[in-house]
Amino acid sequence: MSECVIPTLTTADVVQSKSVLPQGWKADLANLKGLDLTLPVLELLRRTTSRLPQDVIDALVKGRDAEEEGSRAFNTLNDMVRNIILADGHVTPLCQDTGSIIFWVRHPFGLSQRAAKQQLRAAVVDATKRSWLRPNCVESLSGKNTGTNMDPFHEHHPAVHFEEWDRPEIAISVMQKGGGCENVGAQYRLPDAALGAGRDIKGVRKCIIDAVVKAQGQGCSPGILGVAIGGDRVTGYEKSKELILRKLGTPNPDPKMDAFEKEVTNDLNTLGIGPMGYGGNTTVLGVMAEEMYRHPASFYVSISYMCWSSRRGTLTLKPSGEVSFD
Amino acid sequence: MIRLTTPITEDQIRQLKVGDEVLLNGRVVLSRDMGHKYMKEQKPEWLKPILENMVIYHCGPVVKKHEDGHYSFVAAGPTTSIREEPYQADVIETYKVRGVIGKGGMGKKTSEGLQKTGAVYLHATGGAGSLLAERCKRVVDVKMLEEFGSPEAFWIIEVEDFPLVVTMDSHGGSLHEIVLAESQARAKALMG
Repeated sequence: MSECVIPTLTTADVVQSKSVLPQGWKADLANLKGLDLTLPVLELLRRTTSRLPQDVIDALVKGRDAEEEGSRAFNTLNDMVRNIILADGHVTPLCQDTGSIIFWVRHPFGLSQRAAKQQLRAAVVDATKRSWLRPNCVESLSGKNTGTNMDPFHEHHPAVHFEEWDRPEIAISVMQKGGGCENVGAQYRLPDAALGAGRDIKGVRKCIIDAVVKAQGQGCSPGILGVAIGGDRVTGYEKSKELILRKLGTPNPDPKMDAFEKEVTNDLNTLGIGPMGYGGNTTVLGVMAEEMYRHPASFYVSISYMCWSSRRGTLTLKPSGEVSFD
Repeated sequence: MIRLTTPITEDQIRQLKVGDEVLLNGRVVLSRDMGHKYMKEQKPEWLKPILENMVIYHCGPVVKKHEDGHYSFVAAGPTTSIREEPYQADVIETYKVRGVIGKGGMGKKTSEGLQKTGAVYLHATGGAGSLLAERCKRVVDVKMLEEFGSPEAFWIIEVEDFPLVVTMDSHGGSLHEIVLAESQARAKALMG
């Protein structure tokens, strides 16, 4: 079981050959009213559900290679790498919990958000039919599954965040946020007497350590943390999720925050929780933090925990009509 | 590495200890939130022959229905087990279940149930949906599919060399408790 697996994914040619987008497909961004996003978004979901971003794979391999060969932590990280290769090769979901689907759509003036939302929803329904997504949208009280991943009231699932921008292209990001890791997210209100955490960066650090200790392996460690400092109860959590879209290894534009992220990551990896909570040196793959503004009376620290299978992706439709996936 | 095949005897279970690595073979029954609530509250008789000396798997799989009507698993990793804590010990006792597969571990009540009936908690690698689906060789049957929906139904499957770790044994041992205590002590030191 402990044979060291090298994560070789299928080549760009193979990925292209399995695409649901016909060869040479182009969008007509001059005619935003006639634009149909369904097919490119379906292709985005196909990739996101089955192919883990390279930066996440690199971080898992780095973690594995830092564990003692043959240890529980090493074997577990190795199985994760093995799983990544299988899912990519078969175009099957990396994890049976294909998560809640969250979209961020940034677009130029002139795109109908109502039409775009319908198209995103159609893509999610199609991806569910193809078993790329599990039906994960149920009535809260009865637990009844809609079977399609659709919230019939068009309100909360899939979640879609729209933002109009000055640029000519359309960028659509998606995150598949699993339930296990969502459950271990946490929001703190500083000062927190029990933690001895005040309204400063030291207090924020204590919140993060506390959240990771409470999570143990239940969020499918090694996790990736999005930490929003400030905001309100809604905007803080919203930001904390958006932060997880950042690639691992890319520096925080704020040098102070960048240093903080690195320091906390190192601290967390001394906790000994390890992959799946079996013990080990790889408890988190990264921490992404951002400072927001807040009401003078409130100081929230909102932490979203993303599992090791951090499924995220972005498609860009350029003014030329070309589509790219990242 | 210990090879186990269901049905499993109490004697086999009592020999397992925290930290043992197991490759499981044979029949396994999937059940999660709705199934556990149903088993505790209604104690359906029809499940008894299906579950006796068997293993329950906390999993909501992605399932593919083929054109000829048969099913196969596309992704089938474990879900978080602690949600079944209010039900698990009763389910183990009522149905004489010998093992529970899941992730994240379970609490005191379940641990007591494991000790009383003679059962173990087996941890699978969370998120390894593709790898574990490959070890789910055959869907034998499915119960309550209409009523519960696909992720919650009782899928009865056959597994081959399904890789697991005993993290809670039938003698009160728990790897989760050990890691929790050590990480809490380390956190205290970090926070100063």
